[in-house]
Amino acid sequence: MSLGRRRNLQLTLRFAGAVALTLFFLFPIYWLFMISFKTPEEIFSYPPQWWPGRIQFDNYAVLFKDGDATTVWNSFVVAGLSTVAAMFLGTICAYSLARFRTGGEHLANWIISQRMVPPIAVVFPIFLLYVFFGWVDTYFGLILLYTAFNLPYVIWMMRGYILDIPQALEEAALVDGYTRWQVLWKVVFPMSRAGLFATAIFTFVFAWNEFLFALVLTRTEVTTYTVQVTHYFGGQSNFWAKISAMSVLGTVPIFIVVGFMQRYLVRGISLGAVKG
Amino acid sequence: MADLRIIGLHKYYGSVHAVRGVDLEIPAGEFTVLVGQSGCGKSTLLRTIAGLEDADAGTIEIAGEVVNDQPPRSRDIAMVFQNYALYPYMKVYDNIAFGLRARRTPRDEIETKVRSAARMLAIDHLLDRYPRQLSGGQLQRVAIGRAIVRNARLYLFDEPLSNLDAQLRDEMRGEIKRLHQELGKTMIYVTHDQIEAMTMADRIVLLRDGKIEQQGAPLDLYERPATRYVAGFLGSPSMNFVPATVAAIDGGYGVHLADGTVLALPVARSGKLAARRDQPVLLGVRPEHMSRAVPGDTRPGRAPHNALIDLVQPTGARTYATFRLGGAEVVAELQAHDVSQPGERIELAIDMNRVVLIDPSTEAVIS
Repeated sequence: MSLGRRRNLQLTLRFAGAVALTLFFLFPIYWLFMISFKTPEEIFSYPPQWWPGRIQFDNYAVLFKDGDATTVWNSFVVAGLSTVAAMFLGTICAYSLARFRTGGEHLANWIISQRMVPPIAVVFPIFLLYVFFGWVDTYFGLILLYTAFNLPYVIWMMRGYILDIPQALEEAALVDGYTRWQVLWKVVFPMSRAGLFATAIFTFVFAWNEFLFALVLTRTEVTTYTVQVTHYFGGQSNFWAKISAMSVLGTVPIFIVVGFMQRYLVRGISLGAVKG
Repeated sequence: MADLRIIGLHKYYGSVHAVRGVDLEIPAGEFTVLVGQSGCGKSTLLRTIAGLEDADAGTIEIAGEVVNDQPPRSRDIAMVFQNYALYPYMKVYDNIAFGLRARRTPRDEIETKVRSAARMLAIDHLLDRYPRQLSGGQLQRVAIGRAIVRNARLYLFDEPLSNLDAQLRDEMRGEIKRLHQELGKTMIYVTHDQIEAMTMADRIVLLRDGKIEQQGAPLDLYERPATRYVAGFLGSPSMNFVPATVAAIDGGYGVHLADGTVLALPVARSGKLAARRDQPVLLGVRPEHMSRAVPGDTRPGRAPHNALIDLVQPTGARTYATFRLGGAEVVAELQAHDVSQPGERIELAIDMNRVVLIDPSTEAVIS
């Protein structure tokens, strides 16, 4: 009896702790959303208003009218296409490393070491290179750069997932009449699906959040939302309404992507964790 | 229907010479078992035939066509793997149909073939399940189904039963043999288990250190081993080996053992021994060739021996009795209730018609 009661108490405490922690982490997001729906007076009112008097979308309307909202689309194009490219190339490279021992024992280590280069160390040489090639302020330029930057991470992660696939599964398919490319498509992709999605999400989020390269390599045409937000911090005043609305626009896609892929995300991360 | 011909095959893994010059011909429709201890190169040989490994030297011909440079899919081979190699994200039906789809078989033909293969293996009620919902024996049936559904030239089995428990293994052994009889396909089967080799094979190819030690029909190898290794590998419990010396006895020949025992050999078997008089040999006796002496037994070639039983191991059908002979510990296979106590003395008759004599320096069987 007392054992059961202690257990109940434990569970209650644990649940309460989890709720408190969740609220703590959700509050800034809640606050962000609320500001974006408020009028300027409500934003600056003291004591702060927990709930806007009237939900209004003026702050968003302004962003769309000025065309600022297209920067979210730019982010989406750049992050999306660079993720697709990095996943495709990276998975093929990873397969080669895992199954054909391409480059021997240490090539994989060298590749992941490339990921550790601080962006600031290379951003200016890249800028000069991009000026030379005429790639500044183009989709192509940003996509190429994000693909290159994400490639080592994708290769490293996917190599681990592929090494976990029993080789006999691929051999059975080869004997049964499939080519290596078909094996990649019909065996390796389905077998590493959880890992693929998890890696793709991290790759996408990196590109989505990236700021330094976007700041240096864009002007007006393909400005991403991370750079655009900084334009609302002025010398005289900060445009909180715009900042919050733009931030919400930048947050929602990530919620959607992660929400859809949560199942794979958890499994993919834990797969990697077991692998070590 | 294909026959397989392998000429001078070599395979290296880095500095390890896994297959060292194998020549092998397998006629169409035969069930061949490649057997040997782990690391003898039997799996490597099979994988090289399948094209999963490249041959470093030598040629592999299937139906008269050299396939060395062909990828696995062009060799028209079906293979069953040790760990089943089933796709966990596909239902049993799709697993079996997988190879047919690769060859662009029409949908209704796939359906017919999959269902008939499943019926043959008694897994037709499992077609809608996923591999994780099946037991080990069922998984292996599905893996076999995936192979037989293909009308391949050559069927390869890589230790397919080694993950199953003993009872299931016995059952599946019989089923695979029955499948071979029904389908009449050329099958090559790799195992380390000499019982599987003996019971299933039309022909055994016994490999040792990457080379063929001996090949032939199972009972040929069992009764006429070419080397000590073959003699010791086949049979359970394995053959007893006793150091001895060739001696002339009563006008014929026989062997002297270290403990003074003298065993005369039948005249028919003495021919090759004249030249080896007084030289050391190894006497090989199978457990079943030592039995309780029957009073008045006058059959030729029975050598009597009085044995002090050291250990008794009943198995139900037979009892294995351990004793010392010529300084070596040997096992005799006796009737179930023949001996009951260690320390008993019994009169045995050794069937000298069936013993083998081995040259201890070359390990080759002399006679």
